[in-house]
Amino acid sequence: MQKFETFSGIVCPLDRSNVDTDAIIPKQFLKSIKRTGFGPNLFDDWRYLDRGEPGMDNSRRPINPDFVLNDPRYAGASILLTRENFGCGSSREHAPWALADYGFRVIIAPSYADIFFNNSFKNGLLPIVLDAATVDRLFERATGGQALRLTVDLAAQQIQPAGDAPIGFDVDAFRKHCLLNGLDDIGLTLQHVDDIKAYEARRRVEAPWLFQ
Amino acid sequence: MKPRTLYDKLWDSHVVREEPDGTALLYIDRHLVHEVTSPQAFEGLRLAHRPLWRTDANLATADHNVPTTDRSQGIADPVSRLQVETLDSNCAEFRITEFGMSDPRQGIVHVIGPEQGATLPGMTVVCGDSHTSTHGAFGALAHGIGTSEVEHVLATQCLIQKKSRSMLIVVDGPVGPGVTAKDIVLAIIGRIGTAGGTGYALEFSGQAIRDLSIEGRMTVCNMAIEAGARSGFIAVDDKTIEYVKGRPFAPRPEYWDQAVAYWQTLHSDDGAEFDEVVRIPAAEIQPQVTWGTSPEMVVPVGERVPDPDRETDPVRAQGMRRALQYMGLEAGTPIAQISLDKVFIGSCTNSRIEDLRAAAQVARGRKVAGNIRQALVVPGSGLVKAQAEQEGLDKIFIEAGFEWREPGCSMCLAMNADRLEPGERCASTSNRNFEGRQGQGGRTHLVSPAMAAAAAIAGHFVDVRDIV
Repeated sequence: MQKFETFSGIVCPLDRSNVDTDAIIPKQFLKSIKRTGFGPNLFDDWRYLDRGEPGMDNSRRPINPDFVLNDPRYAGASILLTRENFGCGSSREHAPWALADYGFRVIIAPSYADIFFNNSFKNGLLPIVLDAATVDRLFERATGGQALRLTVDLAAQQIQPAGDAPIGFDVDAFRKHCLLNGLDDIGLTLQHVDDIKAYEARRRVEAPWLFQ
Repeated sequence: MKPRTLYDKLWDSHVVREEPDGTALLYIDRHLVHEVTSPQAFEGLRLAHRPLWRTDANLATADHNVPTTDRSQGIADPVSRLQVETLDSNCAEFRITEFGMSDPRQGIVHVIGPEQGATLPGMTVVCGDSHTSTHGAFGALAHGIGTSEVEHVLATQCLIQKKSRSMLIVVDGPVGPGVTAKDIVLAIIGRIGTAGGTGYALEFSGQAIRDLSIEGRMTVCNMAIEAGARSGFIAVDDKTIEYVKGRPFAPRPEYWDQAVAYWQTLHSDDGAEFDEVVRIPAAEIQPQVTWGTSPEMVVPVGERVPDPDRETDPVRAQGMRRALQYMGLEAGTPIAQISLDKVFIGSCTNSRIEDLRAAAQVARGRKVAGNIRQALVVPGSGLVKAQAEQEGLDKIFIEAGFEWREPGCSMCLAMNADRLEPGERCASTSNRNFEGRQGQGGRTHLVSPAMAAAAAIAGHFVDVRDIV
């Protein structure tokens, strides 16, 4: 995983609550056996006017001009601003893969579904939780005539809207450490091979039917 | 010793090590694998030259992409076919037991785990699928994971976790006649909301839950995730132990008594404390129908589509208006006047033998209404299908005008050829009514199997208690 470094980016405001992972990346694209290439089909049902299928040339498909991702103001956005319970539903990691492949590096919302929240960190995508009033204020600024630009500093745990006071956020210390250092969870866990083996040895006695 | 919740007991018995901040390495007893969320995980192992930690903890099947019609020609869609073949080759390479597409034991991963006794009380069970919460019906700690975690389990047999908060949901008293497990769980979601369980592990209890069969309990736990909780579970009782006995992966006779003695401890102790307690009187629960695009948008069948103008929270009201527009419904319409195009009976929520019996009881001697273009019955596994055929349920469905299919996830998520066309309205026994879930532009109403069968016969929603 790449190290998460401080960056500035444009905010794309997606004003919906309960955005589910079926909407983030529809099922027909889950047939891929790769981790990459999902970006062009991010929010496919909302983003295009036709029915998307794997293998289509997405550059030739009719786009939905009313969908926020297609608004020229937000071209090149790397921060997604949205409402509560983002990423609910299916556990598909294709959702953070699609968001990251499109170019998003940060999501800001009042709350997230647990599995999506967890999957995001494992793909270098930072989901920031801010209170609903702060999210409201960011929506006001992001939907004005000019796009809102934010600087995200994970080490300092703050975002800085251009020309405004910085806003602090909380993040789990372990997850922050992994993102900042680009650490692979499996590599970390395999440092504890002896503990896992000791646990298994104990369980073989306590609950032998689990190893039959 | 301090009284412990069932969650405490399941958690404590699986902690391999714990950091001072509460981040724990949790041991996983059972890993269920399917074709959609595993290929990138196996590829990750190969790229890092990592071996599988423990072969016998894994069990695989193909379910999401498989056709539910004649399988003798294989899968027509080359992309789906490659994904299923990739599962076959990965399982062969890593020597994982797999029930492939032609195996009579193949089926939906959350149906075959319990059916085989591969899901046992006290286990930790994970799978790259959010409906893994189903297995909590056995007093197991079970939840869905992403593909990175699938790879993590394959490589280490563990997950890095932090303990959730605990919520006890008590469904007090018995439910009325004709009210099923599906109605109970939809009513719970209607009450606490689709994010009400976020950050919590849910324990379901109370007489209405204890009265349920194990299959009914699976339906309830299956939809814990639709209330936002990754896991939901129910204490072990005699029904649990009876259900497990004699199944292929159940404890061998020499371990049986030891296993049962342990399983009998798998309940919350008297006086155990929960972070949250929700009580719902069972007698108030009616047969449920969802009207919107989130499982929390649900009402009893006798009521009307709600009015967003009467919702005080502006974000919620906006969500309701968007849902009504997508669903092509007007506020105030009686649920019983909503006319349907398709009916789907199946999915990991409701495709077990008792579900099919309940639907067949309604369909017996009746005919699917003329306005219903397609009514599908998709058994959860090859063994469920065989059992149903032995009981003659297939003939009841076929004579009534339903299609009797091969097992798989089918129209629950429409990854195979079974799907809704834009604008089509479906009564479905599945678990998600999200936009596009059953096909782009499709409109899903979630109901119980008996309610779905009744809707197929009437051509619109109807209170099943009026016709049985």
